Amino acid sequence: MNRFFRTFPTLLRVGFSGALAYRAEMLVWVLATTMPLIMLAFWTAVAHDAPIGRFGEKELVVYFLVTFIVRQLTGAWVAWEINFEVKQGTIGSKLLRPMHPALGWAADNLAAMPMRVVVSLPVAIIMLATTGGVGLPKTPLLWLAGMLALFGGWAITFLVNLVIGTLSFYMESSVKVMDAWTVLVFVFSGYLIPIELFPKTLRAITEMLPFRYSIGLPVEIFVGAHTPSELPWLLARQLMWVLAFLGLFLVLWRGGLRRYAAYGG
Amino acid sequence: MIRYLRLFRIQLRASVLLAMQYRGDFVLDGVLEVLFVAPSIVPLVVVFDQRSSIFGWTFPEALVVVGFFHFLNALVEGAINPSLLAVVEHVRKGTLDFVLLKPADAQFLVSTARFQMWKATNVLSALLIWAFAFHRMGHWPRPLDVLVAVTMLGLSVTILYSLWIITVSTAFYVVRIDNLTYLFDSIFDAARWPSSVFRGVLRIVFTFVIPLGVMTTFPAEALLGRLSLQALGGAAVGAFLAALLARVVFQRALGRYTSAGG
Repeated sequence: MNRFFRTFPTLLRVGFSGALAYRAEMLVWVLATTMPLIMLAFWTAVAHDAPIGRFGEKELVVYFLVTFIVRQLTGAWVAWEINFEVKQGTIGSKLLRPMHPALGWAADNLAAMPMRVVVSLPVAIIMLATTGGVGLPKTPLLWLAGMLALFGGWAITFLVNLVIGTLSFYMESSVKVMDAWTVLVFVFSGYLIPIELFPKTLRAITEMLPFRYSIGLPVEIFVGAHTPSELPWLLARQLMWVLAFLGLFLVLWRGGLRRYAAYGG
Repeated sequence: MIRYLRLFRIQLRASVLLAMQYRGDFVLDGVLEVLFVAPSIVPLVVVFDQRSSIFGWTFPEALVVVGFFHFLNALVEGAINPSLLAVVEHVRKGTLDFVLLKPADAQFLVSTARFQMWKATNVLSALLIWAFAFHRMGHWPRPLDVLVAVTMLGLSVTILYSLWIITVSTAFYVVRIDNLTYLFDSIFDAARWPSSVFRGVLRIVFTFVIPLGVMTTFPAEALLGRLSLQALGGAAVGAFLAALLARVVFQRALGRYTSAGG
């Protein structure tokens, strides 16, 4: 544990420098996150004549701009990295270090966040300027819950990336599995459709699935969709998914390492 | 002309043979492509659960647009993006020399360099979506409308291709544009809804600058028998100008090419 506290800050610094070096590339990635904006146009057009559910045009603008920001801040891409490293054999050098490679990836991922916050700021400012921030939480408790949910959302996304990345020990390439996961996240996480608007049964099913807890939950808390009394239960469910994916990752990783053999030289 | 048709067949055959080596991937990818239809259908299902028409489109009519989106998407991801990545790679490594040395038009060669066959399942999804949409409407499109729609689709493809050539041309000026394809894709994502969704500045941009509306909404309107003759004429002129511009831009960019390494 002591060693962890000595190495992790260094890893974060390294990751931050990396993020700084590839800032142009990251900007393109951010610009490519157009889906919330496309959905924003779609839903505000729908709500132009009459509100849909409890969402008027302003509420929809807040919802999808918050979604954009949450997506930026919960982003993870480790699955592609693991696939690449397993195929190239460069993962070998990471395995030799006296530390779990997942910690290195987590540091890399978290260290990119400051840059992403900077990029998200203009979006937040535009949102506040155009809507006056309708429905944003008024109490510090809700903000705290939102931040917790945001971190939980990142943890789920990151751990799923690890799980799917680890699958590349078992199959030739697991990138396609990640694509499939992404599509499911798009549909069932509130990313394209606020899940409040789902028909009743579909909504009940969605609340049982993990996807909503990766993006939808923080967004919902930030747009004031939940009362404080509902929060502990929702956050507990999110934590349950975090732990489930963590467990799955550890099991798969142990089995995968046993199968892993490097090639070439 | 005949020579280029033959050349096209040879290039296509090479891509098919390449794809057949990766059979497992081929099947898996094909199946996954079907899943990718969900993000464009589910929002419509949710909306039309509560409304009977939005911005002048009923559910089946909006589905026709979605169908054209997936059809063109098959083209973008199956033919355009792979070749685009190949050109960028050529410019970066300096291997474009080998393409330029061949006794055929360079633009033709790079445009047909690589096809990803499994994206063809997107065309299948499009056909299914259309079939479902017209089944819901209770009538089939008239033959004349189909003819106009096919013509319009040809114009869309021309415009799309021209935009792509212009994008690729930037690779000669700034060498690193790998993730431009993601940008290309994510902007094209906006073409899945009828263009009347977009208002104000966005509408102008998506009609004249990046004519997404022309690409999917116009063919859909043609198939539904409500595309005006002026719109068709305008699209034809636009497509011609775009193709011309693309040709000029590519030739000038090629003039800047200075190989690399050695």
